This record gives sequence, structure tokens and C-alpha cells, in this order.
Amino acid sequence: MEFARNMMVILLTAILAENFILAKFLGICPFLGVSKKLDSAIGMSTAVIFVMVIATAVTFPIYVFLLAPYDLKYMETLVFILVIAALVQLVEMVLKKFMPALHRALGVYLPLITTNCAVLGVTMLDIDNWDPTVGFGTSFGNALLYSLGAGLGFMLAMVLFAGVRSRLDSEKTPKCFQGMPITLIAAAIVSVAFMGFGGVVDGLFK
Amino acid sequence: MSKQSNLKVLLNGIIKENPVLVLILGTCPTLAVTSLAVNGLGMGIAATVVLLGSNIVISLLRNIIPDKVRIPSYIVIIAGFVTIVSFLLEAYIPSIYEALGLYLPLIVVNCIILGRAEMFANKNGVLASACDAIGMGLGFTLALLCMGSIREILGSGTWFGMRIIPESVQTMSIMTLAPGGFFVFGILIALVNCILMRKGKKPKETAGCGGCPMSGKCGAAAEGGCK
Repeated sequence: MEFARNMMVILLTAILAENFILAKFLGICPFLGVSKKLDSAIGMSTAVIFVMVIATAVTFPIYVFLLAPYDLKYMETLVFILVIAALVQLVEMVLKKFMPALHRALGVYLPLITTNCAVLGVTMLDIDNWDPTVGFGTSFGNALLYSLGAGLGFMLAMVLFAGVRSRLDSEKTPKCFQGMPITLIAAAIVSVAFMGFGGVVDGLFK
Repeated sequence: MSKQSNLKVLLNGIIKENPVLVLILGTCPTLAVTSLAVNGLGMGIAATVVLLGSNIVISLLRNIIPDKVRIPSYIVIIAGFVTIVSFLLEAYIPSIYEALGLYLPLIVVNCIILGRAEMFANKNGVLASACDAIGMGLGFTLALLCMGSIREILGSGTWFGMRIIPESVQTMSIMTLAPGGFFVFGILIALVNCILMRKGKKPKETAGCGGCPMSGKCGAAAEGGCK
């Protein structure tokens, strides 16, 4: 029971209270760039979830078993970004070869993800949350779960905002506000809504 | 390149092609660290130093780096400079280091830096690239300082820690939180759009694909930009 409760707390915190886009400002570029249509928003966020979980699965053991014991923590940034860049290329090649249908759906978004701060951000946050006193199995599981939650939160924000934007298009806005500015102000209002989740997760599992 | 045009390159980045307010690049740090003016300034200067270093090195190596592996090479160079800057900040200005937190290593994936490497430094000489880096960096710093000042004054009533609005006045603390960031950024871009329109120029419609280092490979860019 305790285990399931912990899992839900991690997952819901990552999705709602610490939403990557609307509370942590990670991955704003795809949020503003690819959220105009619902299907591209879903495609992009599926690719992000996929890469986030795989990247954590690779970078977390690298940090725990290579960087931390040999006192190379300062190499974190350099190692992680290279691993993510290589991984994205690898994933793209594997998808192209073995799952062409999935590659057609996600392929266009994969190169964009290499330089997406949400992916690098989630791997680094997992390291920040790492507690060396807990066994590797548990902490690795928690890290993967947090990454999954972060990805799902990313998807939730993208999908919600795609709906908001499709309505914005049909509204008459002042000339200066057309395009980017009105989109950002709409994002501000969506983000106010997400602030309301702040205490919910703690309250839910008391 | 002559002195005159180097100056033009420098000024270009500060005003005409301001990376944040006109090209709309590097939005993540712009929104995330500007709840206080001093953090915005710190982030701007840190990114400027990284940009200057990486632009100079990439411009020096532009004939050596093979075209096919240029993006990974740029990332390694940039990540190296980011590590240096975070060491320096940790040692000399630990308060800023603490405040920037996660967003300091994330300078690596800042579109402005990789974008300038791809668009400018690998085509131009060292001096011009350095001028471009200083111009773009100052433009970034100014935009961040501007955002930070507005949010700090409205949200906490202070500016660089000095009290501007008397304590008896209730401040709008939402300005220092996430929604305030989006809101102030939106208003600032609208303001820039107004000025651009008055001069008879067309403002940018979407987040710039032209400035995006991945635009060559990106499927969305080929289909007419990420709209």
C-alpha cells in the first residue's frame, strides 16, 4: 500500500503540481511551436515521453555507477547531453528500421528533441532527487516514474493548450497581440489553472 | 571584415535582431529565472560568456570540424564552456549559482547559443563572431534584465533588493510566479510588435524556425515551420 501511495505521489506531482511546461518552464519552445494542431501536439509529446523515459534509463545508471563513484559529477552536463543526442539518433534509426509506422508518426519530431531542455532537465532533476542511501532498484524505479510523469504532464499541457489555441485562432485580437503575444497570455491563464494543483497531491494522500 | 561592419553586427544583436524579443529564442530561461532582476542579469551574463567562448572556438575550428558531425561537436564545445561558467559562479557568486540552479546547466540547450554557432560562427571570422556573440549576449541580457525588473517591481515591490513600492502597498505576488512570467513576456513581445509595426515592419508570427539549429533536419520546418 505504502509503495503504491509513493508511486502515485511521484506520478501526480510530476504531472500536475510540478508540470514541466507550466510550472517549471522546461520545453517552452515545442509548447509554443508545435501546439497549434492537436495531432501534432500528441505526436510531439508521445516522442518526448518516449525519449524522456529511455534517456533516464540510460543516464541514471551512468551517473550512479560511473560519475558519482569516480568523483566526476562535474561532467554531468557534458555526458548527459551527448548521451541524449546519441540516443535520439539511435532511437530514430531503430524506429526507421523496425517500426516504420511509428517512425512516420514520430520521426519529424525526434531531431527536435535532442536540444529540448525538458529532456535534459528531467534527467538532471532525477539526479537531484537521487538519494544515495536508498537502494538502486527503488531509486531507479522512482526516477523512471518521475520521468514518465514529467512526460505525461508535458503531454497534458500540450493537448490542453492545443484546444485553447484552436479557439484563439477564430478570435479577433488587437493587431499587436496577434500570434505570439496572445498565445503567451493564454498560456499564463492556463498556468494559473495549474497553480491550483499545488496542494492537491499532498492533500489527496494524507 | 571592416570595423564598421563589426560594429553593425554587434548592434544588430542588441536591438534589431534581439534574440528574445524579436527572434523569440531561448524562451525557457527567459521565463524561468526572471522572477528577480538580479537572477535575470546573472543568467544573461552567464549565457553571454558561454556564447562568446563557444562562438570564438567554433569560428576558429570552422574549417576543421567535418560538416556531418558539426552539431555534436558544437554541443561538446558549448557544454565545456557551460561547465567552466558554472564552476566560476559556484566559486565566486554562490548566491546566483543557487538561484539559477537547474537552469545553469541547461544553457547547453539554449537555442540562442547553438543557433548562433550554426548561423553565424561557422561562416564568419573570429572577430566578427566575437562581436556577434557580444551583441546577441547583450541583447539576451537586456531582455532578461527588463523582464526581471518588471516582475520584481510588480511582484515584490523591490528592484535589485531596493524597495521601490512602499511596504504598505499590496504587491501582485503572482508576477513572481509562473503565470506572471508568461504574462509579462507576452506583453513585452506585443510592445515590440507595436514598435515594429509603426516602423512598417512585419513582426514574426511564430517561434523562429530560422534561428533553430535543427531546422535543416526538422520535418516541421520543411512543412512550412512549426505552426
